[in-house]
Amino acid sequence: MNGVLDFVAGLGRAVLDIVRMAGKVALFAARALSHVVRPPFYWRILWGTLVEIGFFSLPVVALTALFSGGVIALQSYTGFAQYHAQNAIAGIVILAVTRELGPVLAGLMVAGRVGAAMSAEIGTMRVTDQIDALSTLSTNPMKYLVTPRLVAGTLALPFLVLVADILGVLGGFTVCVMKLDFSPSAYIAATIASLKVMDVTVGLVKAAIFGFLIALMGCYHGYNSRGGAEGVGAATTAAVVAASILLLTFDYLLTDVFFSQ
Amino acid sequence: MSDATPKIRIRGLKKAFGPKVVLDGVDLDVMGGTSFVVIGGSGTGKSVLLRCILGLITPDAGSIEIDGVDVTTLSAREREPYMARIGMLFQNGALFDSLSVWENVTFGLTAAARMGHGPRLTRTQAQARAAELLEQVGMDPAVGALSPAELSGGMQKRVGLARAIAARPEILFFDEPTTGLDPIMGAVIDGLIADCVRKLGSTAIAITHDMASAQRIGDQVGMLYEGRLIWQGLPSTLFDSGNPVVDQFTHGRREGPIKVDVRN
Repeated sequence: MNGVLDFVAGLGRAVLDIVRMAGKVALFAARALSHVVRPPFYWRILWGTLVEIGFFSLPVVALTALFSGGVIALQSYTGFAQYHAQNAIAGIVILAVTRELGPVLAGLMVAGRVGAAMSAEIGTMRVTDQIDALSTLSTNPMKYLVTPRLVAGTLALPFLVLVADILGVLGGFTVCVMKLDFSPSAYIAATIASLKVMDVTVGLVKAAIFGFLIALMGCYHGYNSRGGAEGVGAATTAAVVAASILLLTFDYLLTDVFFSQ
Repeated sequence: MSDATPKIRIRGLKKAFGPKVVLDGVDLDVMGGTSFVVIGGSGTGKSVLLRCILGLITPDAGSIEIDGVDVTTLSAREREPYMARIGMLFQNGALFDSLSVWENVTFGLTAAARMGHGPRLTRTQAQARAAELLEQVGMDPAVGALSPAELSGGMQKRVGLARAIAARPEILFFDEPTTGLDPIMGAVIDGLIADCVRKLGSTAIAITHDMASAQRIGDQVGMLYEGRLIWQGLPSTLFDSGNPVVDQFTHGRREGPIKVDVRN
């Protein structure tokens, strides 16, 4: 009996911890977002973060998308060839890339690259008193450090996903034409026929939400890091793990909302 | 305002972190234009006291008056004008890694201008102002182009001091200004602090466990022990205070009323 009670108590504590954490993150996000429309605005930081996410993440996102598109084409061919349905491969590639692979893979890459960097930078500022120094220099740390990063994450990821969509399709095209001897014109025609504005739009909406979540996790964990280098390391790990889990959870929820009918 | 009104007046200040009571009813008056040095062992709450005054930590009880206004009762926005009158030198300098030295020095001026509390500076004007401030703390203005990571600990402290005094604050706080510096550089920093405070006519609170520094900076010294300010006096009486706790601390004796828990 005691074992059952202990289990229930442990479960209750875990649920309370999750709810408490969710509340803290929501308040943190609300505080940061309340500064979006209130001056002063830190354009230089916003621009720098946009370039950091949108430009410097391009190589890693581009390579991931290119090879993922190729893999989808190759795997689809292996299955579909048995049923002489190779003509469907172009449609499968563009559907998979625009709806799922583009946003999710770009999001995971950015979470690993940018989310970790944000958390480490802000965490280091926390443990070296730089955030307190901002407060003593007439500067709101949330407005200066967090708000521009949330805005930049939300704006930059859709751009990266658009690039990932194009390169993912290009990866599928390259494999089908160069390796599987598809006709280039037939593949392009099939791709255009399968291209749906709704799929691309939903992918970009997902990307904006993922970008916000990645930046939020990076900033939240960095801002609340404690205890020197070890604390910053733990915050960085937590930021990437939390962003990845949230990203996949929201991917399911958004897919359910947009495509369940 | 009467001359007898302290610039900073603290009454019954309390702060605990969980079961650990750090401040247990601190009372302190600092008169305008004077320097008060708080001494005390590591972990006795000196930094917490400063952070409470700065509004970086919310106290559990008590009042902190600046020019007769209890700032603990003000909202964050109402506190802004009071905080704009304070400059702070952090223990490790707390310079912003992502900015150059001159941008660090003029950061507060630029921020105040953004908030409408001061004149806007062009980039050239800001660089010129930074050069003046760097000279004021005994540095070559060419250092302004470097990044903080390229500076030694002593230079970082001096840049931090230049940043703290840039807006000509009425109140200056110094958190362990000589920690990590060799004795000569410590004396240099103390001399600069004393000069800056005198020239600006600021009211200063410094916290330290460096007795030489306390004597060089302070007009008054107080010792924080077990969450309270247990003694106040002149720096000249620091080594002969008549208080056994203070005497043990200032002479660095192992035996005495202060029991050091070496496990924590």
